[in-house]
Amino acid sequence: MSFLTMVYAYLYYFAAFVLLAGVTFKVVQYARTPAPLKIPTTPAPTTRSGVVFRMTREVVLFESLFRGNKWTWIFGWIFHFGLFLVTLRHLRYFIEPVWLPIELVQPFGIYGGMAMVVGLVGLWSRRFFVDRVRYISSPSDHLILALLIAIGCSGLLMKFVFHTDVVAVKSFFIGLYSFDPQPLPHDPLLLLHLFLVATLMIVFPYSKLLHAPGLFFSPSRNQVDNPREHRHIAPWAKRLEQE
Amino acid sequence: MAKATFEVPELSQYLDVPPVTPQTMAHSLPFVAKPEIQAPLGFPGELVDDWQEKALDKMGELLGKYRSLRVYLDSCVKCGSCTDKCHYYLGTKDPKNMPVGRQDLMRKVYRRYFTLAGKLFPRLVGAEDFTKEVLDDWYSYYHQCSQCRRCSVFCPYGIDTAEISMAAREIMDSIGVGQKYCNEIIGKVYKIGNNLGLPGPALRDTLEGLEEDVLDDTGVAVRYPIDQVGAEILLVTPSADFFAEPHVDGLIGYGKVFHEAGVSWTLSSHASEAANFGMFIGSYENMRRVAQRIREAAIQLKVKRIVFGECGHAWRVAYSFLNTLAGPWDFLDPRYPVPQHICEFTYNLIQEGKLTFDKGENDDKVLTYHDSCNVARASRMGNTPGGQFEIPRAIIRATCNHFYDMDEDTIRDRTFCCGGGGGLLTDDLMELRVKGAKPRVEALNNVMQEKGVTHMAAICAICKSQFTKVLPYYGMEMDQIVSLHQLVSNAIVLTERDEEEDDEEDAEEAA
Repeated sequence: MSFLTMVYAYLYYFAAFVLLAGVTFKVVQYARTPAPLKIPTTPAPTTRSGVVFRMTREVVLFESLFRGNKWTWIFGWIFHFGLFLVTLRHLRYFIEPVWLPIELVQPFGIYGGMAMVVGLVGLWSRRFFVDRVRYISSPSDHLILALLIAIGCSGLLMKFVFHTDVVAVKSFFIGLYSFDPQPLPHDPLLLLHLFLVATLMIVFPYSKLLHAPGLFFSPSRNQVDNPREHRHIAPWAKRLEQE
Repeated sequence: MAKATFEVPELSQYLDVPPVTPQTMAHSLPFVAKPEIQAPLGFPGELVDDWQEKALDKMGELLGKYRSLRVYLDSCVKCGSCTDKCHYYLGTKDPKNMPVGRQDLMRKVYRRYFTLAGKLFPRLVGAEDFTKEVLDDWYSYYHQCSQCRRCSVFCPYGIDTAEISMAAREIMDSIGVGQKYCNEIIGKVYKIGNNLGLPGPALRDTLEGLEEDVLDDTGVAVRYPIDQVGAEILLVTPSADFFAEPHVDGLIGYGKVFHEAGVSWTLSSHASEAANFGMFIGSYENMRRVAQRIREAAIQLKVKRIVFGECGHAWRVAYSFLNTLAGPWDFLDPRYPVPQHICEFTYNLIQEGKLTFDKGENDDKVLTYHDSCNVARASRMGNTPGGQFEIPRAIIRATCNHFYDMDEDTIRDRTFCCGGGGGLLTDDLMELRVKGAKPRVEALNNVMQEKGVTHMAAICAICKSQFTKVLPYYGMEMDQIVSLHQLVSNAIVLTERDEEEDDEEDAEEAA
């Protein structure tokens, strides 16, 4: 096994660990932190199933963003939906045998890759051309867009211009499950693509990418509007009553 | 037109988003609370020596107590959806008044001390040390947020800047940097029972005066009782209702509605204030202590129901928090929600056909309706979501012939704050209040031009006081803002009730 394969094997073990442990830590932290007051942004659903419906609309359609800014919504939605298709397409590298739905989604994954880059370019251009968005952007906001665009472009280039041995790539990742990494092709574009993806995984729990789990824990979106019917009280607030 | 020492914004026909103009409001500072104001609330009198350490400790504590704060500080992706939504940004052009700009004042400190990325690469992620300059910015800009939640409507994660403003104010209070206006008022509530510091005898005088006025006006004896043990309903209303215009016309209206409903009711001198400024300063303990007065009054007066008068933030605390802060309410009549809004009460009577109106009495006015921010986005009325929009409008339609809504983008859950909410209704913030009112006044002005609207009804004491003061700066009349129950009061047809006297005697015997 080559040195490079070893490096990438360890990189991916590390990245997967950081991503899983980091996100788990944050999710547990969010779940354990009480929300002492009822603060849904109203009008809000009055039932649990209503909240599930509201949350689904937020996750799938970005409803609030749609109301807030059409340009950011269209670019943001194109990017996220593209990324979703791309992720589905890539699952074929990580499962054996490949499930039928994943086989069916393959061609759409390619369009997803293009859409993703288009959306990202749109979002990035707003950071330069809209003065308010320029004002609130810090270097990390630019870097994360650059990272995602680089991931998308390196992937598309491998698809359309500089092909790599995808069968070997798949054996490499399947091998990781049994701690038996198979040789990774030495194509520079592939190595770059994989390095950037690992970086994204490592950065995830330490950056604003936490918006993904964060949304599900947002009290203004996930609370049921029923404060008069049900008494809502946090453990630390309950202790005040016993004093 | 009122005299201004600053430039009053020009109204335009369309809502235009101003270009980012940094530091235009950096000079805006409310008066700082003196030690004697801080003490009754349990806060240090002045900036403590090791303030930075203490503030960070407090921030850590709040991060563990409030999921909202933790999630909101982590989740923002700087998408910009909120940047043109805050009335203070639209009115002042100052980017630190964009919701995300305001949040970032705290987020940069959070990142520096509570996140790995901020500890290792502060410049990269926009993290900053908690310096005195940052603290000064906090004091200025966290007192330029009216906690109206408009930003949270448009945020893809529901990030509510109000939660962050409240936390910031609590942190500042904990190191001895309090705001005079809010903290002085909370002290008055503890000492006297209401925000305006009106003692019991003054309230009784005022209410007797109202009874005489209404008798003179209508020939019908409508009662305005206080501290009546055994009454069915405890009415908790903002203390401005006792004397300020147009608030008092609303109180007169509540009394007439209760009269027509034929239920006994009472105010309380112990809980003679609906507002709860504990929320503005983010202090759960103070908010709870203020809310407990209502529980005490309800028990002491042996009432069966609690109804709140017209007040925006008060209704938020009442509807959303009262059960949490001062419940459970199992000793009250379970057939009614606790608490109820006076609009719900009036609306139900209208539905049951128990009120008669002569709409012509309001024909001198063409109405529009201002959705008060905290009623619109932080509470509800009735049984269905959005009742807080429909019920007040239904009451206006039942009592007035001429009603037109303002532009859709500026009403219901997209309503603009009046510019004076969240503990900013103080003369030392006049420039902010006038500029912050711009988006609302603009929409009002448009509907005045297009539909001939003459008056705007509201159901919030802060909105009423704010517009009374601010409209003249824009060349409008201060009396263009009216109480919703003032319209009810004008149109309601009163009937004589003889049994009132007997009720009163019974109640007095019980006392």
